[in-house]
This record gives sequence, structure tokens and C-alpha cells, in this order.
Amino acid sequence: MLEVRGISKDYREFHLRDVTFSVGRGEHFIVLGPSGAGKTVLLEVIAGIIEPDSGRIFLNGEDITDLPPEKRGLAYIPQNYALFPNMSVFDNIAFGLKVRKVPKAEIEQKVRELSEVLGISHLLKRKPKTLSGGEQQRVAIARALAVEPELLLLDEPFANLDVQTRGRLINEMKRWKKELGFTALHVTHSFEEAVSLGDRVGVMLNGRLVQVGPVREVFSRPASEEVAKFLGFENIVEGVAEGRVLRANGLVIELPIEASGKIRIGIRPEDIVLSDEPLKSSMRNTFQAEVVGIEELGPLVRVRLKVDGVELSAFVTRSSVLELGIEAGKNVWVGFKASAVHVF
Amino acid sequence: MRRDYTLYLFAALGTFLIAYIAVPIAVIFLKQASDVGMLVKTLHDPYVIEAIRNSLLTATATALIALLLGVPLGYVLARKDFPGKSAVQALVDVPIVIPHSVVGIMLLVTFSNSILDSYRGIIAAMLFVSAPFTINAARDGFLAVDEKLEAVARTLGASRWRAFLSISFPMAFPSIASGAIMTWARAISEVGAILIVAYYPKTAQVLILEYFNNYGLRASRPIAVIMVSLSLGIFVILRWLVGRKNAGS
Repeated sequence: MLEVRGISKDYREFHLRDVTFSVGRGEHFIVLGPSGAGKTVLLEVIAGIIEPDSGRIFLNGEDITDLPPEKRGLAYIPQNYALFPNMSVFDNIAFGLKVRKVPKAEIEQKVRELSEVLGISHLLKRKPKTLSGGEQQRVAIARALAVEPELLLLDEPFANLDVQTRGRLINEMKRWKKELGFTALHVTHSFEEAVSLGDRVGVMLNGRLVQVGPVREVFSRPASEEVAKFLGFENIVEGVAEGRVLRANGLVIELPIEASGKIRIGIRPEDIVLSDEPLKSSMRNTFQAEVVGIEELGPLVRVRLKVDGVELSAFVTRSSVLELGIEAGKNVWVGFKASAVHVF
Repeated sequence: MRRDYTLYLFAALGTFLIAYIAVPIAVIFLKQASDVGMLVKTLHDPYVIEAIRNSLLTATATALIALLLGVPLGYVLARKDFPGKSAVQALVDVPIVIPHSVVGIMLLVTFSNSILDSYRGIIAAMLFVSAPFTINAARDGFLAVDEKLEAVARTLGASRWRAFLSISFPMAFPSIASGAIMTWARAISEVGAILIVAYYPKTAQVLILEYFNNYGLRASRPIAVIMVSLSLGIFVILRWLVGRKNAGS
């Protein structure tokens, strides 16, 4: 639906270089990168606020590169939410509809509907200044969704929230997405957001989109050392949770917390322990695995393992590799604590 | 508790300036109070009434023109970088540093008969010396409005004009309004340039000078008192209105 082709832009200290990717209808696409990578500039180029030096942007096959922001049909939510301070919450949400000269009764209904889903019906008369961070975020999302945009451009939507609110709202966003069915391009530096919400992810480093793919694939197969370094989490397992157990491709993994439904978990490679005999310890998750590959990374060695249908990576020291006689094709025991499992 | 002597000293020094401004205003009123007869007589002088009316009308017209032209300029200065911008910024402040008699001469040399001794001339002189207040206040007001607000408004379908009208202008309004009030106040207190460009139609400022020269202090003081009451009164009321609107939003 959205296609970005070869966008380059020098803007202040940011340098976008040949950024190319596409977002499909209904998809939640995450651009993941450290701060200063140029993610906001990319969003503003797509929104039409900044003009690119080169490259084209297409929406549903139409070239929108030269259109002003108001003709693009994309809704932009900046990191600070940019609620209009001189208007009530109702007027904020209704703004795009009023601009479009939608009849009053229809505006009223639309605003009520959206605020119901987002749980902000009781705030409609308030001024944005009086809202908490989480409330502001909901209002910003309602305001953006009111105009039924082709695409939602989200800049670090959870960055200004405290940890608890963030966790709750990330979960709620999954629900809103189901109920309201929007397409999102979401820029963030948080792995948690990427793994929880992303269908696909593009990793952005120094103004370049260095790897694009499904979330699990990008995390488990970083295309380059810099991506791997940035991501850290290499083992992302997808499965169906029930209580404290996750079933993934024949594997049963014990979780540190209760969860339900389709979720993803992450395990850091350095948290996985290898042994040549069954592990006798308090670790709740132990499996028999087959070594499928070994990569030397300086003092550490990355061992790629296959456990039933799931691939895992583990970091071990060079001496353990020798001690255990690890080589491709060998069967080993792997283990990790339930507490090393991060549930997204 | 340890006393903060530095702050006391600063306050004492500052008090001098406050007194320096307040005392003459108080004195002129007190002095006039002992000469009510002259004040009443002046209030019935059609010449004086006419002059005061001229002053108020021209100053108000000046403020409106400054708004009409200065607000767009302030917006451009706040939002756009262009070659020569710093030169433009400097030029805006130039009228403040030019002696006002020089302003009058420059205007007269440039526009000669088209402004000589006319309302146009009074307004021209006033605008030249007072427009910077509106321009600078508008620029600062717009600078304080987060550009992201306009960006968001535009992605929601608003044209730049619509975003300006419904977001930037209302938010910058308190600043613009106080700039316009300053422009009005500066305009109504202008004498030097008006003396040269438009001695007639007579404004109160010029009339005070004329009465002072022809009849002395006693004759000119009542007009001065009336002028100060009017301009201070209007200035205070407008500032209060803007301040109230500001606090309310």
C-alpha cells in the first residue's frame, strides 16, 4: 500500500540514505533504530512535512512525493502527541472532520464511537493540558483515526509514558487494532514495542534501513554484525500461551508470568546453557537439541540449535565448545530459566 | 534564617526606577487637582477635543495597519529560513534606533506632498516608529507555537491557511495582542516625526507642545493630564483583557 523508494535526505544532523521499504494494508510495520538514526525525519518525509532530496513515495500506486501533507491521507502522531492546546479533547478529535466539512451530527457520532473504543469518553470536555500522558496518547490516536487515514504514522508513541502505562497501552493497542483495523507505520527504539506489535520490522541504523523482514526472522537472523549488536535479543519464539505455558512448534516452554493467546517471547543467547548430558538444575526449561551451525565471534561462539521445529542461538565460550565437543550435527542438552524468558 | 542581602539590594536599586516613573505621573495629577478650573475649561475647548480625537483615531488606525501587515511578516520570520533573513530582522528593529525627527525628515523626503499635513502623514509617522512592536511580538508568538501542531493539523487535512487560522493564530494571539497594544501606545506617544510630517491636522501631542510654547506650563498641563489618563486607561484595560484571556486558555 505504502511504498517508499530510495529516499535520501540531509536534515540537520540526520542523513537518510536510500531508504526503501513497503507497508501492506492492515500491517503494523515497525522501524526500529537507536535515537538519532533518523526515524522521525523518515516519518516526516512520508507525511509530507519535509521534502526528500531524492527518492519517491507511493500510496496505493500513486506517486505522492510532491503532494502537500493535507492531500496525502496519512495521519501523523508525533512523539509529543501535539494535541491542539487551544481546543477541547472533543474539538481535537473532531478537527479533521470539521476541516472536511462533515455534518455536525456525523462528527458527534464518530467522536463518540472512537472515544468509546479508546476509553476517553469522559475526557471530551477537558483541555489537553489537563490530561495524563496515557490519556493524551489516546486522544492523539482518536484524532488521527477520526479521518480514517490510509496509514497511521506513529513516532515513538509509548516513549513518554511510565513503564506501567506503557505496558498496558501496548496491549490495548493490539485490541484497538483489531477493533478499528488500521495500518500503521510505527517508529521506535524499543524492542518491546517492535516484538509486541510489529508484523514486520525494518532496522534503521545511521539513516539506512539495513534489514527488513518479519519480526521473528529479523531478530533471529540479523543480517549483519551491527544489526545483531543492536538487537541483542536473538531468540524470538512465537507460540500460543495458556497460563504459564507456551506451546511453540512442538516445544513446551514454561513462562515467568501468566499469558494467553498468540504471543512472542524472547530469550537472550547468553542466557541459554549447553550441556552434553541431561541438565540437573532448577532450570524449568530443558530440551534436547541438535547443533546446526557454529559461528566464531571473537571470544564467544554462537551455536545455532534446532529444538523440534524451533531454532535457537546460544552464546558459549570457545573453551566450552572444545570441552563439550560441540560440532554441527551433534546432539546436546539446552536449558534456560523461566525467568530468562521475556514475554512480549 | 539567613537573609538574602543581594536580593534586597537589587530590589532597592530597582525601586528607584519604579519611583522615577510613578512619581512624575502622580505629581502631574496632584498639581492639576489644585487647578480644577483650568481642567474643566480645557475639557470644553473644542480645539483640544478635536486634537484628542485625532490622536486616538490615528493611533488606532496605525495599530490595525501594523496588525494587518506585521502578523504575516512575523509568521514568515518565525517559520521560514531564507537568504537575507537576518538583514530583514535587523531592519525591523531599525526604527527604534533612529531619532524621531530624522524619521520625519526621511518620510517627508520620500513621500513629500502625499503625506504632508494629512491624516496619512500622521499615520505614516506613527507606523514607522511603532510597527516593530507588532512584528516582533507576532514573530515571538508564532515561534512559541510548536511547529508539530501545524504539521499534524495539515496531515489531518487542513491547508496551511486553515492550520494558521485554527491553531497558530489563536495560540499566538495573546502575544500578538500585547504587541499591538504596545504599537498603539508607542503611536499615541509619538511627537517628533509628526511635528515634521504633519503639524496639521492637529494631534493632542502636538497641541500640548504648541500650548506650552505659546501659553506656558499652566495651559499645556491639563491636556497632558487628559492624554495621560486616556492612554494609560486604555493601555491598562487592554493589557488586562489580554492577560485575562491568556490566563483563561
